[in-house]
Amino acid sequence: MIHFALLFSRQGKVRLSKYYKPYSQKERAKMVKEVTTQILARPSKLCNVVEHRNLKLVYRRYASLYFCLAVDDTENELIVLEIIQHYVEILDKYFGNVCELDLIFNFHKAYYILDEVLVAGELQETSKKLIARLVADQDQLVEAAKIGAVEADGTPLQNP
Amino acid sequence: MSTRLRELIRSVRACKTAAEERALVAKESAAIRASLKDAEAHYSHRNVAKLMYLHMLGYPTHWGQMECVTLIARASFPEKRIGYLGLMVLLDERQEVTMMVTNTIKNDLKHRNHFIAGLALCALGNICTAEMARDVAPEVASLLHSKNSYVRKKAALCSVRIVKKVPDLADEFVPGTSELLSDRHHGVLLCAVTLALELCVLDQAHVTHFRKHVPVLVKILMSLIRAGYSAEHDVGGHADPFLQVKLLRLLAKLGAGDADASDAMSDVLANVASNTDGSKNAGNAILYEAVNAIIGTESVGGLRVLAVNILGRFLGNKDNNIRYVALNTLAKVVAVDTQAVQRHRHTIVECVKDSDVTIRRSALQLVYALVNDSNIKTLAKELLDYLGVADVEFKSDLTRRIAQLITKYAPDRRWHVDTMVELLSKGGSYVAEEEARDFIVLITNSPELQGYAGRALFRAAFESEQHSNRFQLSAVAAWVLGEYGDAVVAQSTRLQGEVHTVIAEADVVKLLESILGDYHAPTAVKQVAITALAKLGTRFKTQTSAVRGAMGKVGTSANVELQQRASEFCGIFDRGPALAVPLLERLPPFVMKSKEALHGVAGRGKHEGTAVHSAPGGGGGTAGGVGDLLGDFAGLDDSVPSSAAAGGTGGGADLLGDLMAGYDATPGYAATPTGASVDPLADLMGGVSMQPTTTATAADPFAGGAAAADPLGDLMGTGAPLLAPQTRPQPAADPLADLMGGIAATPAAPPPMNAAAFDGAPPAATPSFIAFAKDGVEVSFVCAKPDPMDPSKTTVTATTVNRGGVPLLGYVLQAAVPKTMSLSMRAASGDSIPANGTVTQRLDVTNSQHGTKALAMRLRLAWNAGGAAVVEQATVDFPPGL
Repeated sequence: MIHFALLFSRQGKVRLSKYYKPYSQKERAKMVKEVTTQILARPSKLCNVVEHRNLKLVYRRYASLYFCLAVDDTENELIVLEIIQHYVEILDKYFGNVCELDLIFNFHKAYYILDEVLVAGELQETSKKLIARLVADQDQLVEAAKIGAVEADGTPLQNP
Repeated sequence: MSTRLRELIRSVRACKTAAEERALVAKESAAIRASLKDAEAHYSHRNVAKLMYLHMLGYPTHWGQMECVTLIARASFPEKRIGYLGLMVLLDERQEVTMMVTNTIKNDLKHRNHFIAGLALCALGNICTAEMARDVAPEVASLLHSKNSYVRKKAALCSVRIVKKVPDLADEFVPGTSELLSDRHHGVLLCAVTLALELCVLDQAHVTHFRKHVPVLVKILMSLIRAGYSAEHDVGGHADPFLQVKLLRLLAKLGAGDADASDAMSDVLANVASNTDGSKNAGNAILYEAVNAIIGTESVGGLRVLAVNILGRFLGNKDNNIRYVALNTLAKVVAVDTQAVQRHRHTIVECVKDSDVTIRRSALQLVYALVNDSNIKTLAKELLDYLGVADVEFKSDLTRRIAQLITKYAPDRRWHVDTMVELLSKGGSYVAEEEARDFIVLITNSPELQGYAGRALFRAAFESEQHSNRFQLSAVAAWVLGEYGDAVVAQSTRLQGEVHTVIAEADVVKLLESILGDYHAPTAVKQVAITALAKLGTRFKTQTSAVRGAMGKVGTSANVELQQRASEFCGIFDRGPALAVPLLERLPPFVMKSKEALHGVAGRGKHEGTAVHSAPGGGGGTAGGVGDLLGDFAGLDDSVPSSAAAGGTGGGADLLGDLMAGYDATPGYAATPTGASVDPLADLMGGVSMQPTTTATAADPFAGGAAAADPLGDLMGTGAPLLAPQTRPQPAADPLADLMGGIAATPAAPPPMNAAAFDGAPPAATPSFIAFAKDGVEVSFVCAKPDPMDPSKTTVTATTVNRGGVPLLGYVLQAAVPKTMSLSMRAASGDSIPANGTVTQRLDVTNSQHGTKALAMRLRLAWNAGGAAVVEQATVDFPPGL
C-alpha cells in the first residue's frame, strides 16, 4: 500500500502531502525533510526508487515538480510509477497543461482529484475519463449549490 | 474583514524573507482565529482552506481542527466537501475529534446523494481509527452491495482500511468481496481484488475461501490480455495494467502452496509472460508481476525458466528501474534456483559498480547470495576491488560480508590468508575487530602458514604506511610479527610460489617502532605493538639492544598505559632471560571454531566480573591485572584483537591470556612450553598441582625475598599462595571462574591498591570507606571503575553491617544522585540483617560530568529494629579521584 504521497518543488517546498498511515505532525515534518533531501540529491539519470527506512520511495520528476509515493517494500515499483503518471495525466487534463502555479493556487482541487484516485493508500479508479467526469460533476454541484440552483445537499444529481 | 485564499497565497509568495512570511502567517492565523471565534459561518469554508494552506507550509493549525467538524456537520455539499478534506489533511489522529465526527460520518454514509456518501467513505478510508472502524463496519459492509459503482468501489477500499485496523471484523466483509469479484466495473473490480488480497494477507482461511474464485479471476485476466484497444483503460497499449497487476498479485497469493490453483492459473501466467510487450514501463510492470506470480506459486519448470529469462532480459535493460526490480526479484529466485541466477553473474557483478546507489545496494545483496565454493575466488576478488571504491556507508557491511564469505567458502588456508590480508589493507578500519580476531585465530592454528602470513602482513603494513585507516591492519600485523617473528624472517618457511621478500630481523623491529612512533596510531594498537616488540626482544638475539632502545623511548610516552607497559617490559628484561623468555613465550594455538568459543569466554568473563563485583580485588576492573585483562578480553575497551592486548600487560596478563585462550583446552598446557620447574607462575595458572611454598621459593630469585613481595601477588592483586589452592582443585572446569572465585573468596586478600598501581590504569578501586554509621548500623562503600576506558562509570558496593545486638528487619537502602549522574541499583542481598550480619548491594553510578564534578550521593536508610521503625539520611563523602 501507499503510506504517503508527497508533491514538492525543486526547492523542496511541499505542494501537496497526503498520509494514509497515522504519522504525527512531528513525524510528518521529519519525514518530509528526509524524503525531499534524499530525492532532490539524486541525479536525474538514476532509477526512480530509493529505499528509505523500511519504505520505498518511488518518485518521478515533472519539470520543476517531484511526485513521490512511499510504498511498502513488497510493492511493484513499476506500477507505482504508472500510478504517478496516471494522477499527473488526470491533473493535466483537469487544469489543461498543468503547471506548478495551478497546484499552488488550487491545491485543494489537487487534493480532491487525489481522493478520486487513491483511497486508503490503494488505487481506486483506473479510468482517467471517469475521474475527470466525477470531479467535474462534483465541481458543478458546488457551483449549483452556490447559486442556489439545487437543494442544499445537491439533490438533483442522482447518478454520475 | 477576511481575505480570500488566493490573496493569502499570493501574499505569502510575495514574502522575501522567512521572517516576513512568519509575520504574515501569524497575522493571518490571528485573523482566522478571530473569525472562528465569532462563528462567521459564511467564512468557515474559506478559513478551512486557508488552514490547509498554512498546514502545508508547516505552520501549526491544530487549533482549527474543530472547524472541520463543524463544516462536515452542515447540510450542503460544498461545505461538507471542504470539511472532509480539511479533516483528512489537518487531522492529528486525536481521539476526541474522531469521536465527534463518527456520528456525522455514519449519517453521511446513508446519504441519498452518492457524492456525499463518497466523501464519508473516502474520509473513513484515509483516517479512520480502530474505534471508528468498529462503529461503522456494518454500514460500510452493506455499502459493498450499493447500486452505485462510485459507492461500491469506495466502500471496498474503505473496508481495506477497516480490516487492517481491526482484523477481527474481516469475516463481515468476505461475502461482499466475493460478490464484487465478478463486478463488471473496472474500478470496482480493482478495489474488490485489493480487498480480497488484504483479507488473504490477514488470514490463511480466507485464502482457501477465495481459491474458488481462481477460475473467474483467470477469465478476467485472460479477457484483459485479449481485449482490443479501449481508450478508457489503455496505458501504453496495455488494457488496464493496474488491474492486471492486482489480479496477478491475488493469483500469486491464492496459488502459493496449492498445486491445483497453481495449475489452474498456469495457462494465463504463461500467456501474460510471453505475450506482454516489454517496451514500455506499463508492460514491464505487468511482466514483473507475472514473474513474481510464477515464482510465488507452484509453477512447472518451463514456466520458471520463462520467468528467469524475463528477469535476464530486465537485467540487460537500459532503464535503471527495470534493472532494479530485476535485481530484487533475482534475490528472491536465488534461494530456489541458484543455477538459473548464476548464469547472470557477470551482469550482476557489473551492477555492483553502477552509478546508482539503489542499484548498487540491491546488486550487492544478490552477489552475497550468489557466492559458493566454485566462484568464491572470482567473486571475492570482485568484491575486494569494489571495496576500494565503495560508498562509505557500505564499507563496514561489505567487509563483514566478505570476511564471512571467505571464512565460509575458502578453498584453502593460504588463499584465506592472502584474501584476509588484502581485506585488511583495503578495508582498513572498516574491518570489524571480530574478523581480525578470527583471522589471528586461524593463523595460530596454521603452523605452516605463520611465516607466510607474517610476511604478507609485513608487506601490506609496510605498503599501507601512509594510509589513514591502516590501524586494524597494523594491529594484526604487529600481533603476528610479535608471535611468529622468528618464522617470518626464516627463509625455511618460504612457500612455493611466494613473493620473494627477504625480511631482516631489524626490518620487523623497525616496523613495530614506526607503529609506536606514529602519532595517529590508537593506543590499543600501540599496546599490541609494544607487546610484540617485547616478544621479539627474546626471539631476535641480534635485536635485543634495538628493542631495549625502542622500549626505553616508549617508556617516556605521555600515555600512562604505554609508559607503564614499556617500563615493565624493561624491568622484565633487566631480570634476565630466565624470566623474560618463558614469560614472553609464544602463545599456544587458540581454539578454532573461534567465534563461539571466544564469545563464550568473553561473555563468561563479563558475567563473572559482575557476579563477584563486591569482593575486594574482584573482577570487572577492580584489580588492575585481572580487570584490565577481562576488559581486554571481552573487547570492552580495546579495538585490538583482545588476546593480543592480553599479552601486553606483562607476565600475569600474558598468563591469564593463556588461561583464557585455553578455556576448554587441556589443563596444564600452559606449562608445556616452559616446564613446570622453570615457570612457577605458568604452573600456578595452568592449574598444575604445586605447593604454595614452592611458589614462594621459586619466586624468590627475582622477587628477592619473602612471599609478601611475590610478583604474582602484585600481578594478580591478591596473595598467590592463597590463589593456588583455589585454582587447583578443578583444573578442567572453567579456570577463569575459578580464578575469579578464588579472588573473590579470599578473605585475606590485600587491598588491591598494588594491583592498580601495577597496571597504571585509572584508579581501579578504592579501599572501603564508611558512608554511614549510626546506632551500630554501618554502611561501607567500595568503589570500583568497571571500565578502565570510561572513568565516568563507578560501581559502588555497599555493605551494611549490623553491629547492634538487635536484628534489623525490612532494611531498605535508597540512594539519590544529582541530575548530572545516573544511578542504577541492583537488588540487595537481603532485606533483614541479623546481629553482626551483613547485607550487600551494588550501585552503578555514571557521572556524565566526570572530571568537573565529583561524585555525590545521598542515602536514605530505613529499617525496623525491635519493633521501632527507623529512617536515617546521610550524605556520602566520596574520596577524591572518583
